[in-house]
Amino acid sequence: MIQVDHLTKRYGPVTAIQDVSFNVEKGQIVGFLGPNGAGKSTTMKILSCFMPATGGTARIAGFDVFSRSLEVRRRIGYLPENAPLYADLPVAAYLDFVAEIKGVSRATRKSRVADVMERCFVTDMQHRLIGKLSKGYRQRVGLAQALLGDPEVLILDEPTIGLDPRQIAEIRSLIRSLAGQHTVILSTHILPEVSAVCDGVIIINRGRIVAQGTESELVQQVFPSARVELQVAGPTGDVLAALRALPAVSHVEAVQSRNGGTSFLVESPRDMDVRGELVRLAASRGWALQELHQVGMSLEEVFIRVVAGEETEDAVGVGERA
Amino acid sequence: MRWLPVFKKEMRLYFGSPIAYVVGTFFLLISGWFFSQIFLIYSDISMRSFMQPQFGQNLNIADSVMRPLFTNMAVVFLFLVPMLTMRLFAEEKRSGTMELLLTYPVRDGEVLAGKFLASVALYALLLALTWLYPGLVAYFTRVEWGPMLTSYLGLLLIGGTFLAVGLFVSSLTENQIVAGFGTFGILLAFWVIGWGADSASGTLRTVLQYLSVTDHMDSFTRGLIDTKDLVYYGTFIILALFLTSRSLESKRWRG
Repeated sequence: MIQVDHLTKRYGPVTAIQDVSFNVEKGQIVGFLGPNGAGKSTTMKILSCFMPATGGTARIAGFDVFSRSLEVRRRIGYLPENAPLYADLPVAAYLDFVAEIKGVSRATRKSRVADVMERCFVTDMQHRLIGKLSKGYRQRVGLAQALLGDPEVLILDEPTIGLDPRQIAEIRSLIRSLAGQHTVILSTHILPEVSAVCDGVIIINRGRIVAQGTESELVQQVFPSARVELQVAGPTGDVLAALRALPAVSHVEAVQSRNGGTSFLVESPRDMDVRGELVRLAASRGWALQELHQVGMSLEEVFIRVVAGEETEDAVGVGERA
Repeated sequence: MRWLPVFKKEMRLYFGSPIAYVVGTFFLLISGWFFSQIFLIYSDISMRSFMQPQFGQNLNIADSVMRPLFTNMAVVFLFLVPMLTMRLFAEEKRSGTMELLLTYPVRDGEVLAGKFLASVALYALLLALTWLYPGLVAYFTRVEWGPMLTSYLGLLLIGGTFLAVGLFVSSLTENQIVAGFGTFGILLAFWVIGWGADSASGTLRTVLQYLSVTDHMDSFTRGLIDTKDLVYYGTFIILALFLTSRSLESKRWRG
């Protein structure tokens, strides 16, 4: 549904995105993840036909976003960053304008507007001026305008920003409910959001895609081996030696643990669980077992590993933090 | 035909905010003041011409009241129109709503048409309110309606020119003050350029006279529809709108 090929965008000497390629299948929800300034919004602006790319192509439903812009725009709903709306229009009047400009027929316009207001929980604010609404409501009106006209593809730039936790949950379930009929690409820097609503993840950092796939694929890709953090009351050197002697263990490292003691990061192949062996080892040596848990399995750790890895790779990375 | 929603939205914004009311109020105040002054002076002169009939030879209401009134109104519009047009594109760019507008399935030309026609509609509404003045004159004396109609046609054309220039300047910037003042400056230049014709001679004089935006109003207020003037206003409007559409299109290319 969305095909992006070697997309590059430069603003003068600054390269915002470089050689970005990805595909989104019909009916999928894909999260676009990256630190601030990574190029998420730039990519979305290109996909929504607002801005041309410097190089490469992007197609939505088979139409090029530049040369067949009007065809693309008939098929997308776009929520830009910070939901820019007309402050001097009441909510319902604004949505009626959007419905009309998107070509919703006069006969169904009223019910379609009422429907999106209902789905985005703004019905009770429909007569208020948009400028008088709180950030959360404005964001939801922005989402409502994107949904109008029942577009095949939704491009949502940080859809849950400025919402309170309950609203976030509501909007997430709304987006989740779009899966299947609609193809959604949403950007965020909130990691749990991606786990909660997305089928796939694209991680972008400093204008380049650094990882993509489903959440579990990414975890396996970034952490090929399972890791266990172990803390025991025993002499560090002895423990290290004993752990290294275990056949299932591929790598051991002593690290400073959060509570100030020393803990051991034990790596092993993903299909082997070494935790039982570790317990037996500690018991047989008489070291009191203080802590034992798996690490490195969440998307957050994938993200930090991928993004931080990039930044240490070449030392130029300044000013970008997750 | 997707210009209609844009047109309706702009009208809502004009009337949903104080713009239409503030501009309308002050326009009516100023033009009403001009009308009453001109009319009072006229009645004063016609009174005196009763005592000294030799002064009353060329006295007629069209030349002495309506023509100066319409010429003055054109100048008042020169000041007011920039305030009607300055927000049309500049505000959308500044607030970011342009990003949404340009990603809706609507052609640039339709956006442009909707905005231009909305400003023309508001302007025409202001003009319509001034029918009060010839109406009042007709209450006291006989009015020739032909020159009146051509005068209004002239005002509509000169207003359309002002609005098109304003729309163009607004499409160049995201700062409303720059848009408003830039428009005002351009219009002012096209007004005062005619003054230079008085001291110039030969071809220069003709050129300067032809360029002056208010000089072309003259024959309309005399009841004449001259192709030369229609061509002037027509090309001015089309050129300004064409430049605006280029300016919008360049946005699509440059980002």
